[in-house]
Amino acid sequence: MKLAKCVASLGLLLLAGCHRGMPPVAFHAEGRPNTLSAWHVVEVHDGKLELNAGVVPYGLNSHLFTDYVHKLRTIWMPKGVSAKYSSANTFDFPVGTVVSKTFYYPRATDGKFSDVARTLRDHGDFAGLGLNMASVRLIETRLLVRRKDGWTPFTYVWNDAQTEATLTRTGAIEPMTLVDAQGNREDFKYVVPDEGQCATCHEASMVTNEIQPIGPRARNMNRDYDYGHGRQNQLQHLAEIGYLSDLPKPSEIPHEANWRDPAATLEARARAYLDINCESCHNPSGIANVTGLSLGSYMPGGSHYTGVCKSPEAAGPATGGRLFDIVPGKPDESILMYRMESTKPGIMMPELGRSTVDREGVALIRAWILAMKGNCDIVR
Amino acid sequence: MRKLLITVALGAALVGCGKHQAAPQNATDASFEAKLQEQLLDAKPGSVIDIPAGHYSLTRGLSLRTNGVTIKGAGMDKTVLSFKGQVVGPQGLLVNASDFTIENLAIEDTMGDALKIIQGKNITIHGIRVAWTDGAKTSNGAYGIYPVKTQNVLIEDSVAIGASDSGIYVGQSTNAIVRNNRVEQSPAGIEIENTVNADVYGNTATNNSGGILVFNMPSLLVEGHSTRVFKNKVFDNNHANFAANGSAVASVPPGSGVVVNSNDKVEIFDNDIADNQTANIIIASFYSTNYATKTGVAAGYNPYPEGIYVYGNHLKGGGNSPGLLEFKALKTAVYGINGSFPDVVWDGYANPKYKDSPIPADARICLQDVNGVLNADGPNGYKHPSTDMKPFECTLPKLPPVVLNPEPKI
Repeated sequence: MKLAKCVASLGLLLLAGCHRGMPPVAFHAEGRPNTLSAWHVVEVHDGKLELNAGVVPYGLNSHLFTDYVHKLRTIWMPKGVSAKYSSANTFDFPVGTVVSKTFYYPRATDGKFSDVARTLRDHGDFAGLGLNMASVRLIETRLLVRRKDGWTPFTYVWNDAQTEATLTRTGAIEPMTLVDAQGNREDFKYVVPDEGQCATCHEASMVTNEIQPIGPRARNMNRDYDYGHGRQNQLQHLAEIGYLSDLPKPSEIPHEANWRDPAATLEARARAYLDINCESCHNPSGIANVTGLSLGSYMPGGSHYTGVCKSPEAAGPATGGRLFDIVPGKPDESILMYRMESTKPGIMMPELGRSTVDREGVALIRAWILAMKGNCDIVR
Repeated sequence: MRKLLITVALGAALVGCGKHQAAPQNATDASFEAKLQEQLLDAKPGSVIDIPAGHYSLTRGLSLRTNGVTIKGAGMDKTVLSFKGQVVGPQGLLVNASDFTIENLAIEDTMGDALKIIQGKNITIHGIRVAWTDGAKTSNGAYGIYPVKTQNVLIEDSVAIGASDSGIYVGQSTNAIVRNNRVEQSPAGIEIENTVNADVYGNTATNNSGGILVFNMPSLLVEGHSTRVFKNKVFDNNHANFAANGSAVASVPPGSGVVVNSNDKVEIFDNDIADNQTANIIIASFYSTNYATKTGVAAGYNPYPEGIYVYGNHLKGGGNSPGLLEFKALKTAVYGINGSFPDVVWDGYANPKYKDSPIPADARICLQDVNGVLNADGPNGYKHPSTDMKPFECTLPKLPPVVLNPEPKI
């Protein structure tokens, strides 16, 4: 173990050779640095968004839809501490941890700054060695920083010159256009959340008000990543470099499906999609617990907990005139579909984080409901 | 980032397509909005956020997560937060905090709920006006004033107009007082839902589809009971029901005064209830909503209203033009074309548990000082309605008043 850690550190040192002029990552135990570069986590140098030494990229089996944006995720930890493994919850990260997520788009071929590509090719999300600035547009980098009194969120929005990102506490709205491979265009407003809205999704418990990262959980991180010197299971990698402790045997680690994986079952794909897109609010202690709808992949399927024949609690006009969250076999009678297919605040779900419809996600959930057996016959 | 840009873009859209589009936010409003957001983010326990008189146009839903904060305006007609141009939502103000007080301001035209308070203790809402200014529309936000999973909550001297579901909606809470408010133009004026211990008094509910509702919904963790509805004015709640189908209140027929659905221990007394054209008082089961399914209802849910006590109300008119087809036919069949329903209509769903044994005294529906009751016989498709008062001639022990502890500061 010690040797492995040593070797890994050596690898990181070698990588560090590429980080010209990047001082070590700075953990700010208090205050609100005004620029992203104050942290030295990711920075643009020589036409590349680079990760600093010790900043480890990771990907998720299934990820949250955010207007087709791509996300480069990283974890950094101070020396000598590690996160504690949990099979169900976000790992217990030590004080000093900095988790980052850079939101970027591949550029559309016309090269216009506001035009970005609508593409599902997410290999860039695993570009642990950096992003080529000639082909991407950076939008925002969000940090979750584990301080003594809990996680603190910071949102930095990249400038037009794509050289620096500035702290943006009160949110921003950016008009943009998605362009697909055939040249079809869709105008939309990219919404950067304000600091209060971070908590809406990241609040782990409505009672304690604590926030935490959503992605770094065993079931979603249990996958391979290409670190530039071959693929390796992410959790094994984090354990080897000393970032993760108490990792059980591989066979004991849960695994969430990749909802885009055609080899996985429809059920597994749909539940994985709902888990990552809805569960952070729709869980028994989340902000949407008041609805009685719980969409974690750990909830019993086919029950009112997961919406089958369940009357909405407080949807108001967002029912779209439909009676139940999910009507088996009938996506067009299911409120869930109505809300996924809407882009209107107050109607759409998730409430935040998108201005466009996730067409592929909608198709998946539609197929899942269509294949579902049973009915919602009224009893009297 | 480029806040001005978005202003320009919205302006362009306005000119371009001519359809209903939010007015662009001017620079003064934009800087007010950013400042207010920062005040909410940086608030500490004990902070008082004063919002001076003025009409402010906001684009983003506001949120507060710090305990012990007070938000104060200069008056419900003087300090107006308008969300007509809301881009990011859906609520007007979302609060997840305890010891929260909000007073003397208005929240208008939010895309979702106007004021939502979730999971907090000791909540005081005083002198707030929530309104949708284009009138009653299904596309209005669902709830006006909406504390949910709260404890010790006071809503008083406030106004709610035009919510597309409920004007004032207390959900899954414990110890709530709703007093001296005015609610208009909603499918439900005031709704107490899955809540334990609520006092609803001194309110005026008029021109809604249903004036005051006490409901229990079937798949939540908390089942409500013990609500007192008294000294309210509940009249002319004959507004068309514009709630979206599927929502609980969409099942409320226009012309409903006070409605109890599947809730227990409800005491209705000393109210002035008049001219609600379906019935001044309706007592019903979740089965009557036509939403009950085998899968959708939690095990253990009790869909029967039990321990309901009606007495000492001033009842007048109403019942003359039921807002539900089945009820119209039923009224004509029992009371004739020019007749009216009596003061109380019960849908007739009785707990089958008591089919072969006498119903326990505390589970009965007791009616005093009413001009009659109609058992609508809903379970048999309204075939054998009954006007027999005898089963309802009883009294129940009175419920204790709700005591807020600690007492609200106002």
